Amino acid sequence: MCGIVGICKLQAGRDIDLNTIARMMAMIRHRGPDETGIYLDDQVGLGHLRLSIIDLERGCQPIHNEDQTLWIIYNGEAFNYVELRQQLVEQGHQFYTTSDTEVILHLYEQEGPRCVERLNGQFAFAIWNRQSRELFLARDRVGIRPLHYTLHEGTLIFASEVKSIFAVPGVRRELDPISLDQIFTFWTVLPGRTAFRDIYELPPGHYLKVSRGTVEIKRYWEIPIYSREEQLDRPVDELCDQIRDLLTDAIRIRLRADVPVGGYLSGGLDSSGVAALVARRFNADLKTFGIRFEQESFDEGTHQEQMVSFLGTKHREVWATPELIGNLFAPTLWHCEKPLLRTAPVPLYALSGAVNESGLKVVLTGEGADEVFGGYDIFKEAKVRRFWSRRPDVSVRAVLFDQLYSDVFRDQRAKSFLLSFFGKGLDRSGDPLFSHLVRWDNTSRIKGFFSNELKAAIGGADPYEPLRQSLPERYHQLDTVGKAQYLETMIFLSNYLLSSQGDRVAMAHSVEIRLPFLDYRLIDLAARVPSRWKILGLNEKHILKKVLAPVLPRQIVARKKQPYRAPIVNCLLSGASRESAMGFLTKEAVQRAALFDPGKVNKLRAKLQAVENPTEIDGMALAGILSSQIIYQQFIEGFPTCIQSAAHPNLIFDRRVQSAPLTGRYAV
Amino acid sequence: MSIQDDIRNYIVENILFGDGQNLGPDTLLQEGGVLDSTGMLDILTFVEEKFGIKIADDEVIPENFDTLRKMSGFVERKMSGRTAAR
Repeated sequence: MCGIVGICKLQAGRDIDLNTIARMMAMIRHRGPDETGIYLDDQVGLGHLRLSIIDLERGCQPIHNEDQTLWIIYNGEAFNYVELRQQLVEQGHQFYTTSDTEVILHLYEQEGPRCVERLNGQFAFAIWNRQSRELFLARDRVGIRPLHYTLHEGTLIFASEVKSIFAVPGVRRELDPISLDQIFTFWTVLPGRTAFRDIYELPPGHYLKVSRGTVEIKRYWEIPIYSREEQLDRPVDELCDQIRDLLTDAIRIRLRADVPVGGYLSGGLDSSGVAALVARRFNADLKTFGIRFEQESFDEGTHQEQMVSFLGTKHREVWATPELIGNLFAPTLWHCEKPLLRTAPVPLYALSGAVNESGLKVVLTGEGADEVFGGYDIFKEAKVRRFWSRRPDVSVRAVLFDQLYSDVFRDQRAKSFLLSFFGKGLDRSGDPLFSHLVRWDNTSRIKGFFSNELKAAIGGADPYEPLRQSLPERYHQLDTVGKAQYLETMIFLSNYLLSSQGDRVAMAHSVEIRLPFLDYRLIDLAARVPSRWKILGLNEKHILKKVLAPVLPRQIVARKKQPYRAPIVNCLLSGASRESAMGFLTKEAVQRAALFDPGKVNKLRAKLQAVENPTEIDGMALAGILSSQIIYQQFIEGFPTCIQSAAHPNLIFDRRVQSAPLTGRYAV
Repeated sequence: MSIQDDIRNYIVENILFGDGQNLGPDTLLQEGGVLDSTGMLDILTFVEEKFGIKIADDEVIPENFDTLRKMSGFVERKMSGRTAAR
């Protein structure tokens, strides 16, 4: 796990400056505190920051092939590298390390761009062929590891995080109006975009090639879609065995590391299942980490404690108090690099801090299971609304919502209005986005706070249309739950969960997360499991519960899913962080950023300070507005232009013709 | 100020944050996107406190509450002790 940066000249022009590469690296030192290395020639500069996990002694990057024509910088893990290496050795490749990095390099040498199809893991890497003068960038299938790029004055600039790109002199820093429109609709940007104008993210499952001055982007993997005929028509017990075997294998290869591997443990089905399989099959001496909340409605402590005593793990809790969430909101945003409508990433930022303090670098998590096996309420909601839409007049069908949202429907007085809320858009059941329209329409209400300038810049663009256009033909074969799962995986998983609640907040404290449920073999198998086994009636993750039942306490399997959420308003507007929040929300600050209407922001602030129980949408509005203001301050107005370069690199390969060649290993 | 103005002001200030130009007496509050699911609870509390009435669970139906005009009509009937629409 590491950080990568690089610059590639697409045409003749100014030389690449070693100091620029060093500055880019300095911005993401948190991603790789152990070692650094640079490769430089007349066309390309590559920088690498290393978090040493495999081959601690010799894995320093950049790494080259036998004749030094190919050079790689790599962030991530290819968990099947042991098997791949064996094949490559048989094919005559010679290795000078035991790292997975070198395996990828030789696999590329052997198979070219198609090498990515053979990797089982989480990765973003760059390979430079100094002979053919081609640069190859690739990102893993679902987007666990980040990779950003921009085109600037005849160069391609790329980096694990946007802040490194902004460290290059002359690169324009501006928030992108269309991206903001997307964030305030979908809770995040659509694949390929970032919060910033002209800065892109290589979409998951894609690679990028630079050759003879042109840039080409190709998709190599798609979220699998199987028609009803292609789905597995087998007895459910047989399917369960197959899923259990594959999940166990996904965990087995994710425990490959030359450092100890810990686990996140929330007390929910997914992380408990992973921890149980690890503790029972591979490592009884597991260290686990969990988040606790003071507010009972958010806390899963009872279940966490039950799992800890059941497995006997060495467990550490992080209490996500309102003060902690308030204080860490801005530092978390610096790592997430986009506005957030929720505070849920903050406790995860604190959690990785605890992992780091405990001396661990790697943790397994249960993330991804909800997307793959159908865990979210929105899938069930879509199912009920679909059922209701066939007979909108029969309101008894809507009674199913009672079961689905018993907590929301507790208030009998608002029940009929809630039903009309969920009943909105029933006539749009033919829309490919049907499952998510209620949520997205509701979130879009926050755009009422946008300033006139921002509204004008967005224009009349409909945020849904580009999304509808991007859906593959086969999407339309999916059933209601399948469509909702696809949208959730494509948008929310890749661009929010794996990023703002995943890589970015973990790597902020130099911690690598590994996600067994997102092993592509498991994603593929789950896509072939009929929806009815995933959500049986309104019982979410039915088949996964059956798979994990033999290794978990009965209560953990039987408990109703509790969505992971964190409080908002009392964290951001009270206690010590209140003053700093107010500073970002003053009329002057809001006017300077020109993103929101200062009068409306003031009214929202006053309302939230006066009411006892703020509504969900007002809380999201506060988080969205405040985080946008903070991002504006961090990345646009107050971006640190005077950046200290990192300590002297451990490794520099300087192959520039003009300068005296400089090669060797240095002490820090 | 009329009852309808009072309710309208509350909605404009607290739910629309000043943006009330499209809110007319017959605008559908729920379907028109003015109120979300919890906004309705806000309004019920406001109306009860402001006008000193008690609203029964089975009175919270779109027929009484889905526009400003219906809401103010309902409140007037409650205040004058007449039976609300059921």
